[in-house]
Amino acid sequence: MNSLLLASASGTGFPVLTAIVVLPLIGAALLTLLPATRPDLVKQVAVLVSTAVGAMSIWVLIQFETGAAAAGFQFVDHQSWISSLGISWTLGVDGISLFLVVLTGVLFPIAMIAVDEHKDLKSYYAWILVLETGCMGAFLALDLFAFFVAFEIVLIPMYFMIGKWGHGDRAYAATKFFIYTMVGSALMFVGILSLVFLTASTTGNPITFDLQTLAHSQALSTTTSRWIFLSFAAAFAVKVPLFPVHTWLPDAHTNAPTAGSVILAGVMLKLGTYGFLRFGIYLFPEAAVYFAPALITLGVIGIIYGAIVATMQKDLKRLVAYSSIAHLGFIIIGMFALNTQGLEGGIIQMVNHGLSTGALFLLVGMIYERRHTREIAKLGGLQKSAPMLAAAFMVVMLSSVGLPGLNGFVGEFLILLGSFSAHRWWAVVAATGVILAALYLLWAYQRVFHGPAEGDNATMPDLNVKEGLVLLSLIGMIVFMGVYPKPVLDRMEPAVDALITHVETNVPRFHEPTANHLPTVNLADLNASEGAAASEGSGK
Amino acid sequence: MLDAVFLIPALPLLGFLTILVFGRRLGEPLAGWLATAMMGGSFATAVVVMFGLLNRPMEERHFVQTLFEWVPAGDFSVDVGFLVDPLSVTMILFVTGVGMLIHLYSIGYMHGDENFSKFFLYLNLFAFSMLMLVLGDNMLITFLGWEGVGACSYLLISFWFTDEYNASSGKKAFITNRVGDWGFMVATFLTFTSIGSIRYLDILGNAGQLQQTTATAIVVLLFVGAAGKSAQIPLYLWLPDAMAGPTPVSALIHAATMVTSGVYLLTRMNPVLAESASWAPHLVAWVGVGTAFFAATIAISQNDIKKVLAYSTISQLGYMFLAVGTGAYVAAIFHMVTHAFFKALLFLGAGSVIHGMDNDQDMRHYGMLRKFMPITAGTFIVGWLAIAGVPPFAGFWSKDEILGQAWNDNKLLWLIGFITAILTAFYMSREVFLTFYGRYRYADIRDEEVDEMWNGRIAEAEAEVAKAEAAVTSADEAVAKAADKLAKAVEKLEQRQGELAEADEADEKAFEKATKNLAKAEEGVSKAQSALDDAHAAAEQARAAIAGVQTEVERVVAASEADGMRVGVALFEEPDTDAIPDDELPEAVRARREYHPHESPWLMTLPLVVLATLAAIAGGLNLPFSSSTKRLETWLEPSLFGNEAVNTVSAGGKWLLAGVAVVGGLVGIYVAVAIYIRGRIKPSTVELPIFAHGWHYDEAVSSFMAGPGRKGFDLVSWFDGAAIDGAVNGVGRLVRGSGGQLRRLQSGMVRAYAAMVALGAVALLGWFLVRAGL
Repeated sequence: MNSLLLASASGTGFPVLTAIVVLPLIGAALLTLLPATRPDLVKQVAVLVSTAVGAMSIWVLIQFETGAAAAGFQFVDHQSWISSLGISWTLGVDGISLFLVVLTGVLFPIAMIAVDEHKDLKSYYAWILVLETGCMGAFLALDLFAFFVAFEIVLIPMYFMIGKWGHGDRAYAATKFFIYTMVGSALMFVGILSLVFLTASTTGNPITFDLQTLAHSQALSTTTSRWIFLSFAAAFAVKVPLFPVHTWLPDAHTNAPTAGSVILAGVMLKLGTYGFLRFGIYLFPEAAVYFAPALITLGVIGIIYGAIVATMQKDLKRLVAYSSIAHLGFIIIGMFALNTQGLEGGIIQMVNHGLSTGALFLLVGMIYERRHTREIAKLGGLQKSAPMLAAAFMVVMLSSVGLPGLNGFVGEFLILLGSFSAHRWWAVVAATGVILAALYLLWAYQRVFHGPAEGDNATMPDLNVKEGLVLLSLIGMIVFMGVYPKPVLDRMEPAVDALITHVETNVPRFHEPTANHLPTVNLADLNASEGAAASEGSGK
Repeated sequence: MLDAVFLIPALPLLGFLTILVFGRRLGEPLAGWLATAMMGGSFATAVVVMFGLLNRPMEERHFVQTLFEWVPAGDFSVDVGFLVDPLSVTMILFVTGVGMLIHLYSIGYMHGDENFSKFFLYLNLFAFSMLMLVLGDNMLITFLGWEGVGACSYLLISFWFTDEYNASSGKKAFITNRVGDWGFMVATFLTFTSIGSIRYLDILGNAGQLQQTTATAIVVLLFVGAAGKSAQIPLYLWLPDAMAGPTPVSALIHAATMVTSGVYLLTRMNPVLAESASWAPHLVAWVGVGTAFFAATIAISQNDIKKVLAYSTISQLGYMFLAVGTGAYVAAIFHMVTHAFFKALLFLGAGSVIHGMDNDQDMRHYGMLRKFMPITAGTFIVGWLAIAGVPPFAGFWSKDEILGQAWNDNKLLWLIGFITAILTAFYMSREVFLTFYGRYRYADIRDEEVDEMWNGRIAEAEAEVAKAEAAVTSADEAVAKAADKLAKAVEKLEQRQGELAEADEADEKAFEKATKNLAKAEEGVSKAQSALDDAHAAAEQARAAIAGVQTEVERVVAASEADGMRVGVALFEEPDTDAIPDDELPEAVRARREYHPHESPWLMTLPLVVLATLAAIAGGLNLPFSSSTKRLETWLEPSLFGNEAVNTVSAGGKWLLAGVAVVGGLVGIYVAVAIYIRGRIKPSTVELPIFAHGWHYDEAVSSFMAGPGRKGFDLVSWFDGAAIDGAVNGVGRLVRGSGGQLRRLQSGMVRAYAAMVALGAVALLGWFLVRAGL
């Protein structure tokens, strides 16, 4: 079954996914060979490598087949690796991972170009490229072992980025980030081993780490599956992060260098939500249905709680960090609605959050570079001195509060629509998060950009050309995804439908929660008859 | 012809994009003209579309144009599409028409503003959003417009952002509206899950199959949204603050168009209202009439020319909801249209006054302005008669329709509506009289200036006193010193006299010396004596000066207390400034005496004249005399599906009600004449402080937000740091033995981690080997 599934999609051409994963690593190795005295060259090479990766990811996007036939994995690259242990190098992309890969491909070069780091550029860029390998690997891996390796690899570069290039209490933040995530991962590691070996012993088949084989075998008992799901959920919940295991995030984000924050928020948090989808729901559909209410509860708490705590932050970057907790809460409730709208909303919102929160962190970084402070109370009136920066912040902020016409709305709306079909009252509560988002962001905007500008705030320089172009590219994507999300949604739909069908097949009595469709009535007839009735004087 | 409908929102969008890219190069006034031209194009297209619809038979007056699929997800799908029917066409006609006039006006009003083109950028974006709201063929496009107009409103209220009040007002508007938007969103979800579509044609066609509970819930949720956008109780409190925006914005967004969206939405969904439990529409009616009354009382005590109009708008919107709630949809739309004309007119007139009065918005400082700005005054008076319900001006006809249906539905609804009509006539007359009639008060010295002036003088006089007292003190000191010197000199003299007596006469030299010394001593004594006299004289003089200065202070204080200058609003008598020479008056007063209020340029007065004409004649849209004069009612029929309530009051009863309404309006005007023209009653008898404070509602909400609300947020925030993160760090400490080490882990951690992974791999391998061995 395994080989059959793979054969259908496996191309014989250039192994583009492997290239996407490996190229950054090669780039990182290359950087170590460059002379440290040539920082410009180091940066150029790094940007070039990540741009090449980005270009390949866009090529994948263009070549990606759409339509119902495209439900499975495409561009599958299957190489035997440690075959005695059933571990293989299997990469593939479907509608769920496609846009996360593109997001990663786009956001890395943007983060590298936008921010000028000054300290030890060689290892800085090398670590970022290693990080890119990890992220891409995690999104593309179809083998549990490969996934785990990639999932863990990202920790090390991020640890060093925070610890070495960060601000404030960076050692504390880095360590906290590391321990938190590692505890979750350790549980998942146990879970993976249990799943693999228990499946092998139950079915009598050889050991395999192959994702699709495991997902389709569903050999374990309900209780066992639930326990193993929980071990996976522990790792993903920390990564997302879900309330109450979120406290590493504000510290890590605030103290990370700007590029680190952009990647952390834009890409790395999605490892958690993506993990829930690809490995949680797909491998353990019954457990996912069983635990969905609990996870949705945590998601809703995160939405309200994250927003409230964000409101009270005094540091602009920390505020954005807490807003991520609220946004990721939305993604979780969408995914665990387990219907098309919720899942598609969740996935598109992963991309949206990457774009808008990434852009917010860039903007905060630009303010910090100019004013050497992120303390909201010390800023003010910046719209006067830096109107372009303010305008960019405004657009990104409106995207983040979910203004229709911009990307954030499409995701948020679909999420709430889907979760309303599945868990009506939770959706009603979650929707109040939209009010709170306006509260904390507009209040922050007012304090930072409105009012009179005094002292250094009055003379702060506006965006330069490079920054302007970087932000313009992000804003372009923000607008496009808001106005015309159809191409994105269309490419997701087959994979999402397949996942729902997978859940429906494997969970007895589970049906996709969806709307009640009434037959359409011809309006002209209705109008004619009722209009006639009214003119006869019967009224309503 | 109907195919052109996409141009209606597309033109302002094009204007927005053009100004976005070329705004700075276009500059003033080109950006303004471009934006206005786009609105003109929109208006022309709307007229064409209207004729397109008229060409069709009644029952086919629904036309949908789909541009592209917007959000498809499984069985959910919405398009970017437009629904053209009599209701939406009515809306777009006045939105583009009034919008165009206000764009034109703004070219004059925003003259010289450093962000001139940005203003028109926002204005065109607003027009685009508003037209999407109205034309959308599904709830989501309407919601796009709904939130879009909210965002533009936010941007435009805080347009002059360097002022914190403007910034706060914009934020308040957006956030309060978001509370309403929550209702709209949930209503959308509920509509989708119960009907399976959120396209209006599907909703309207299927509403009959909705369960009553569902329909009721949808209506109530939509009304939450409407209460936000259309400023009804309890969410109205953003609208008065929205006046912080430039006046054309107040006219366009916060009077004529955006704030009527809630009324439009409920009218659009009329088949759902028809299916709901009857308490839901009645909730709408009661909140509407309650808001109408409540806001009218507040308007009575406002002194800011725009604030009166803001509360008036809230009140008039309340009338529209009263109409919607009682099923009088035609009356609601009718009043929406006439209100758009006369309220836009009034706001633009107020803007013209503000423009001509050096940005002063306080009506207490106006008076007799009709002399200086005759066009503004004349058109404003038309607007006043229209809103006050004087026939044959437009407001009379539409308000009469609403009250007629209210009477039909519930006499108490009518009564409150009727009292509100009296109040409306009163506060609008007050505004007109204070602004355009009575004494010209702008050059008056104002109470606060009088206080400031006298306080300055008193302070000056008191400083003089202090100075004189200091002089006395130093003179006294001098006296004491002189007396001391004198005493010493006398002592010396006595000593010398003794010396002389003792001196040996034989010792001629010594004798001579002693004599000399004595003479010197005598001289010293006389000098000291005269110094003492001088000092005494000086002290006397200083004392006298103190007395003089003190009298002056007393005089100033007395004058300041009884000068007849501090008279509050000097409606009838000029404050008495005779006591002070003109050149001693405060600088500001002298500047105002030199200031000449002026009429606005034609760019601003032309729209006033057009709107005044419309406000005068728009009643002709729907005259109640026969079914052939009820043009609007006939026209709107295809959008209302027979849900328009039928007024069962007899013809004679209707005439009587209309007569009573006219009398009510005249009573309101008469009372205002008695107070503000004739001076028979003191203003303070009606301008109650509780009205001025808006019944303390806004203050209560604000202090809750700043007090317990903020404390609650702080508590959660504290909980996050202390409890959750504290627990995490606590566990960390426990694990590592002591707190300090947590921070010193650093890269050692990575090694431990690598070791762990390696250990895991070994375990894995071991497992495999064991299994292989089996």
